[in-house]
Amino acid sequence: MTPEALQQVAKAEKDAIARQPQRIGVCTAAGCLSCKSGEVLKNLQTALERRPDIPYRAAGVGCMGLCAHGPLVSVEPDGLLYQDVKPNDVPALVESLATKPLAEKRCDTTAPFFIRQTKVVLDKFDVIQPERLESYLAAGGYTALMDCVTRRTPAEILDEVKRSGLRGRGGGGYPTGLKWETVAKANGARKYVICNADEGDPGAFMDRSVLECAPHRVLEGMAIAGLAIGATAGYIYVRAEYPLAIARLKLAIRQAEKFGLIGDHICGSAFSFKVEIRLGAGAFVCGEETALIASIEGRRGQPRPRPPYPAERGLWGFPTLINNVETFANISAIITRSADWFASMGTATSKGTKVFALAGRIQNTGLIEVPMGISLREIIYDMGGGAPGGHSVKAVQTGGPSGGCIPADQFDLSVDYESLKKLGSIMGSGGMIVMDETSSMVDVARFFMEFCKSESCGKCVPCRVGTTQLHHLLEQVRERRASRADLARIESLCDMVRTTSLCGLGQTAPNPLLSTLKFFRHEYEELLVDNHAEAPR
Amino acid sequence: MNPATTAKVITLTIDDRSVGAREDQTILQIARENSIHIPTLCFLEGLTPAGACRLCLVEIVGTSRVLPACTTYATEGMVIRTTSPALEAHRRTVIELLFAEGNHICAVCVSNGNCELQDLATELGVSHITLPYLNPTRPVDASHPRFTLDHNRCVLCARCVRVCDEVEGAHTWDIMGRGVDARIIADLNQPWGEAASCTSCGKCVQVCPTGALVEKGKAVAEMRKRHALPKLITRQQEHGS
Repeated sequence: MTPEALQQVAKAEKDAIARQPQRIGVCTAAGCLSCKSGEVLKNLQTALERRPDIPYRAAGVGCMGLCAHGPLVSVEPDGLLYQDVKPNDVPALVESLATKPLAEKRCDTTAPFFIRQTKVVLDKFDVIQPERLESYLAAGGYTALMDCVTRRTPAEILDEVKRSGLRGRGGGGYPTGLKWETVAKANGARKYVICNADEGDPGAFMDRSVLECAPHRVLEGMAIAGLAIGATAGYIYVRAEYPLAIARLKLAIRQAEKFGLIGDHICGSAFSFKVEIRLGAGAFVCGEETALIASIEGRRGQPRPRPPYPAERGLWGFPTLINNVETFANISAIITRSADWFASMGTATSKGTKVFALAGRIQNTGLIEVPMGISLREIIYDMGGGAPGGHSVKAVQTGGPSGGCIPADQFDLSVDYESLKKLGSIMGSGGMIVMDETSSMVDVARFFMEFCKSESCGKCVPCRVGTTQLHHLLEQVRERRASRADLARIESLCDMVRTTSLCGLGQTAPNPLLSTLKFFRHEYEELLVDNHAEAPR
Repeated sequence: MNPATTAKVITLTIDDRSVGAREDQTILQIARENSIHIPTLCFLEGLTPAGACRLCLVEIVGTSRVLPACTTYATEGMVIRTTSPALEAHRRTVIELLFAEGNHICAVCVSNGNCELQDLATELGVSHITLPYLNPTRPVDASHPRFTLDHNRCVLCARCVRVCDEVEGAHTWDIMGRGVDARIIADLNQPWGEAASCTSCGKCVQVCPTGALVEKGKAVAEMRKRHALPKLITRQQEHGS
């Protein structure tokens, strides 16, 4: 389809919305679906059909963030948000549409949880219907791609992404523009774009939500990347544990192909870009880029030493760009709203916004998007509402098994790549697990070490055996059978595993242990057998 | 290396010695050409380097990371240190981790006295294992008429996997499982004797650094191996014989 024809489709959809502004949106992301939001939607639709006097229409939309109180239902144009809507609440809800709002189900959208957010990646999730391309088009989708294809040169796109200051959202924080430029400059008969959707950190669900709610936003970002670096094919490597995300991605690719937004001659131009899905079989290590490439190639998912980096030699030996879901989801906004706008958000070195998944001992479990540089205190206490049941927050774990624990007295820290690293944690992909005073930090360290131990691919010795030994030693500490000498051994082994492991999994595996040891050393020492003996220090 | 190569000639410094090399050579190749010893285990000349054992890690001035000599290519002006107290400690820990991981009982092993793991322990001064032994329960596969695979002595260097795939072209061996549960398998995890792809060439046995792959009928300390086999074969192939 030509850009003009696509604009017609978008206009028709917008007109339909203008004709029928009374809309009810039911969250159909995995979190709310698991609380029967699908049934809520079906009940709403049948109930509304029986009531022609009520002009509302119900549709499934994307995630509205407050997963703790799902299923969430929005009512437009009244601007109402209902929480904890059960299937049998539907009759009352429908009745309220003709009378006055249901007070007991109202969700306060003026709460900090909602108003402190700045949405770029999660923008318009509450109106975009994930399974309809027209809905994404009406929300301004694919205008960035059309703009790039018809009006911009690859160099201009690269420049825009570079100036935006966007950094990789998968955890490493490598400057995205620089990565794109390296692949664009690399010599290769073919080039590839890979979207890393192998989100495996415990407690993280940002990428899943983005794929479930706006798969087209990711496809659009990938196609723009393909145009910028000179690739004609892309792969989305998504873990098989995300069946809904996979189903919606598949549907999105089919729709985009039908509309000529993916495939041969995009928008009638000379640019062609195909996208295929590859499913991960449940190995955490396949989130590591070289292991991911090996897995796509059909080999065992094991990392290989870098350099050469995938930008030089990646998929099947060709230059390959690998970015995370959230990174690609930022691209269309950078193109349509300019790099300067994007760079105006965040800190000096960390631009834009970041999506975080709040989990663990926190009131408002869910998905938030905040500008970089916000303090942890604002996220945990103001937006997250602190720990439930009168408990006090003790620490927050960021970055999953590669990250660390940040104690509550450090919560004034600004959330950006450098500050988190300075404290021994990492930004990571955006999982935040909150712990209260009932959590033992030794247990936390042991949990993550067990995770790394069982997810190690077994290729290099330090990660394969080192994590096993560390896990064993942590068990000893927990069972009050370890001595000071064992604690010293833990520390030296951590250093060895971190320094000598082949890939990021092993190199960062000691982080949860080291950070808890740094901030909560007394919890370890209390468990040592020779704790009460004369302390050497 | 192909002598007809057009790679650029570079100069670099290894352990305070200025050495000449080509830029298509790895640090390990250059070091060996200049008789500078770097300990290795998973590396074997003639096979694709894996960078898995982490014994050949070296320090490169100007980078914060230590890098494996077997897979890192040299560049002009590189300053490399092949040994330091920290590197030595890491290497000793690698050996300790390996001894603690499997069931390595030298006194009853057919490869006693001809074992690379044992040699490395001696070379690096590992006389005690300070880490707890994992004492895993691992099987022995004696289903092949001529050879035996003893998983207890396997260090997962994957030399057998590579020689079978790259030199013999059979790809009988591969690795399954993760972490410490990873192990060598024949074909689709069948007993070796039933693996249809195996040509019984015995190259895997010759390249195995320990007593994990051995010939049948050998008593303690009797198993001697020909580790130079892949190098000889690949050199012959390169010279077009």
